[in-house]
Amino acid sequence: MAKALLEIDRLRVEYSSSTGSVVAIPNFSMKVQAGEAYGLVGESGCGKTTLLMAILGHLGARGAVTRGSIRFEGDNLVNAPASVLRRVRGNGIGMVYQDPNSALNPSMTIGQQLCEVPMLHQGIRMAEAMEQAAEMLNNVNLPDPGKVMERFPHQLSGGQKQRVVIAMALLARPRLLLLDEPTTGLDVTVEAAVLDLVNDMRKKFGTSLIYITHNLGIVAKVCERVGVMYLGDMVEEALVNDLFASPHHPYTRRLMSCVPRLDGNKHTTSFLPIPGQPAPLKLRPEGCGFAPRCQGYAVGWCNHEVPVDQVTKSHSVRCVRWRETDVFETKTEEIAQPGTPGDRPVLDVQQLDKIYYLGGAMKAIGKNSRQLIANHNVNFSAKDGEIIAVVGESGSGKSTFARILTGLEAATKGRILVDGKDVASKTLSHRSKEEIAAIQMVFQNPDSTLNPSHRSGHAIERVLKKFGITKDRAETTKMVEELFSTVRLSPWLKDQLPGRLSGGQKQRVAIARAFAAEPHILVADEPVSALDVSVQAAIINLLLNIQKTQGTTIVFISHDLALVRHLADKVVVLYLGKIMEAGTVESLFSPPYHPYTEALLSAIPIPDPTAIQPRVRLAGEIPSPLNVPAGCRFATRCHRKVGTICDTTPPPDRHGDDGHIISCHIPIEELEKIKTGLNFAVVKSPALKKTAVSKMVAQKGAVKAKAASKSKPSARS
Amino acid sequence: MLKYLSKKFISVIATLLVASFVVFALTEMTPGSVARKKLGQFALQSQVDFMDEQLGYNDPFYQRYVRWLGILVGAMPDPIQDPKVGEALGRSFVDKRGAQYFGNFGFSFQSNQPVNDIIWKKLANTGILAGISFALIVPISIFFGMLAGMREGSWYDRTISVGGIVATSLPEFALGVFLVAIFSTGLGWLPGGSPLSAGGGWPIWTQFVMPVMVLVIYDSGYVIRMVRGSMTEVMASNYIRTAILKGMTMPRVVTRHGLRNAMIAPFTVMMLQLNFLISGVVVTEMIFNFPGFGQLLLKASLEKDVQMIEAATLISLVFAIMTQFISDIGYALLNPRIGLR
Repeated sequence: MAKALLEIDRLRVEYSSSTGSVVAIPNFSMKVQAGEAYGLVGESGCGKTTLLMAILGHLGARGAVTRGSIRFEGDNLVNAPASVLRRVRGNGIGMVYQDPNSALNPSMTIGQQLCEVPMLHQGIRMAEAMEQAAEMLNNVNLPDPGKVMERFPHQLSGGQKQRVVIAMALLARPRLLLLDEPTTGLDVTVEAAVLDLVNDMRKKFGTSLIYITHNLGIVAKVCERVGVMYLGDMVEEALVNDLFASPHHPYTRRLMSCVPRLDGNKHTTSFLPIPGQPAPLKLRPEGCGFAPRCQGYAVGWCNHEVPVDQVTKSHSVRCVRWRETDVFETKTEEIAQPGTPGDRPVLDVQQLDKIYYLGGAMKAIGKNSRQLIANHNVNFSAKDGEIIAVVGESGSGKSTFARILTGLEAATKGRILVDGKDVASKTLSHRSKEEIAAIQMVFQNPDSTLNPSHRSGHAIERVLKKFGITKDRAETTKMVEELFSTVRLSPWLKDQLPGRLSGGQKQRVAIARAFAAEPHILVADEPVSALDVSVQAAIINLLLNIQKTQGTTIVFISHDLALVRHLADKVVVLYLGKIMEAGTVESLFSPPYHPYTEALLSAIPIPDPTAIQPRVRLAGEIPSPLNVPAGCRFATRCHRKVGTICDTTPPPDRHGDDGHIISCHIPIEELEKIKTGLNFAVVKSPALKKTAVSKMVAQKGAVKAKAASKSKPSARS
Repeated sequence: MLKYLSKKFISVIATLLVASFVVFALTEMTPGSVARKKLGQFALQSQVDFMDEQLGYNDPFYQRYVRWLGILVGAMPDPIQDPKVGEALGRSFVDKRGAQYFGNFGFSFQSNQPVNDIIWKKLANTGILAGISFALIVPISIFFGMLAGMREGSWYDRTISVGGIVATSLPEFALGVFLVAIFSTGLGWLPGGSPLSAGGGWPIWTQFVMPVMVLVIYDSGYVIRMVRGSMTEVMASNYIRTAILKGMTMPRVVTRHGLRNAMIAPFTVMMLQLNFLISGVVVTEMIFNFPGFGQLLLKASLEKDVQMIEAATLISLVFAIMTQFISDIGYALLNPRIGLR
């Protein structure tokens, strides 16, 4: 085998703290060949970023490599002199960061920041560096590089910034590119474009990649070889096809069953979230790190040093019981039991408009002020116990709708009937207690929704008192504890400050708070988009279970169509505040598609490396709601534009089966004919069947588990 | 840019108007006769009544405010310079600048001089003191603040931080007395007082050294801590990591990427120090017997020199508002996210 580009050998990284040192990475080895794309997967806190920082020699004042070596093109980077590190950083190894918003200097123009790189590494002059920077911006598909280079970071969108960061890394012509969750927090459409870009750049420059992510779907799209990390250990390593076809480590298997897929709905498949969370570094268990969360934990085996076992030459797994996964992997307590919607209409939105008038002074003298149209003619309804998903990119007016529904803002026009009463024009101060209690909300970022200086049970107590649900203190305490157990949190956590809770736990508290008011409608605004897939799966299962027992209607706002597929009964696709397509999950995820839905679907990273996905990419960015296109709102970016009619005339609503509505100039029969290639029945993978089987097993009890697991080898072949 | 400036400027004018009304209200609308306050407790009741009558002190407050403002900006002559008034009160109110000019602060009844004859000289003295101090405080604070903030928790960070706290917590009077004891009484290198006259045998410049030292030590401690806080925050940010991992040397990272961002927050604080240095240095001036603005203010307050207090308060206010105006512009220049729009 040729000499590896990067070779990490028995690496050990420790962090020192006032209470002694903790081991972040105990003993880690890996190789990356020249030109290879390597994916590193694992939950937050599994040492992925630490590993990258160790490679770049930037562990900070407290971190240190205490053993092992990192060789890049022959040079050992561990404790290397500053001059070697400076040469390797940027020049040999480039880095793309998780959050493009904070990775760029806010007070320097894009051009200044970009041209630093060639000036530094090639020793060329400013003018020449500017030329190179402009060329690279062209390469990463940013139109009008000259203009972009004069801008400051805050004047660009998130996707544009991430392209700039990628351009910055590539400007130094690195041989190895490290990508640390570069698409987390970006829209699916932007994510897809960034992934395309990474793939194209790889072809163009022959750069090797290490791609860190917690989303297996992305790995399937970008990488050739995958390593799964848990608590700083490499628990499984294989070629991407092998890993997805036959994952062996219990952790990998559970991680895979947490990824939402496009080929099943909530009734046919269920997530199998991993119980608990990664152990803190200080409390690293003896032997296998995953043991405390593993169903196959066996005393005498798992609590001793676990050797690496080779499945095949290129597939290694660090588990003593990997051959027996079928035996112990049977059931789970947290499996979802989704409910079915009733017949009683709970929510009816009729011709809802929300327009913001900007430029107040002009409005006063009757001049036509600028209008920001956030929602236009939104119509849909929901029954009790129904989950209705509102999807679209950022800026599509989803959150505005949520704000109107919950009474944070008043609608400009239209009606929202909640249990038959119109609340569209009523803000919170005009709503009665019952009306407020009827609609409760769960917010996006669990870290900022709980007051950090109040106990986590406090918010729930307030709700119980405010809405008069409990009479006295004892009753309140009892109720809080009940709610905590409903969301599967230990009752003692109610007296803890939110700072001591993990992200998933905080979101559970937020959900308990929302349900404390006994709402008829729960508005969940991207409740899981800030969480790891494994935590996301658990939260979704929780929502499904609570919803079944309470019969609550859920308005689920999300940009993740795969998740929506897994969760919703009905889907509404919004674009620039207007409904593009609406219908049941089944009708929405099968032809005919609205071209926008088609594009959104093709952007989803499918966790299956063999799946062939059509590549529909939207040009440019979502237009400003200040200046909406006169005809079809989607016309400026549509890949199926028929002609000028799209620009001039708003499209009619075309009706399909089962209440399916598509707003498009193309007749529904034509849309039906368009074979998008998104034929999900073709996409077969053992992972899917596994989840399906597990689901069945969970329902039918553990007795039949063995039979089910026996049937699996045949499914895998 | 122009729009931003004009918008800011309009708000400055509005702030000035409000501030001037507050100053007017504090002295002229508080209970008691205005003339009595100005003439002092030993004036005859007939004189007080005459002045109330002649200068319109019995008019409604808005008329008085308009008149007061009119005199101040030079839109109308000060009626007090009418010889009739001086005659009746047995004094002479003659301002060599005339009766009507911009910035007419009127007469100080206690010292029998136009306020303008007294106040500007004192203000100039304090201005020199403040200017020298400010010119030292800014670079010292930036240097030590940056050094400390560059590596949080390092030995020099801890040394500078502790030093900063000690310097700020030492009161000015204690610091002044220490310095006098060391440099004047002990070593005899510097004069113990600063009357700004060469009569004592000390050159004028030597008389500035110790007041400046007191102000610089006292004030830098605080500003250093502000700069350090901002710098540590910046150095922990992701874009600094980006810069380091571009392969830049540490000094370059700090000067190119750290400095400007770290200056955004402390800049406003530094500009605020100017206000303190102009109107808040009473203690230091008293210790060194420095003939400055603070001393004047104190004297005027003790003597109930209403006209002088009004003028001094107004000048301090105008100064504070103007530094804030400059600081807003500077802030926008440093921080592109604000933008001069």
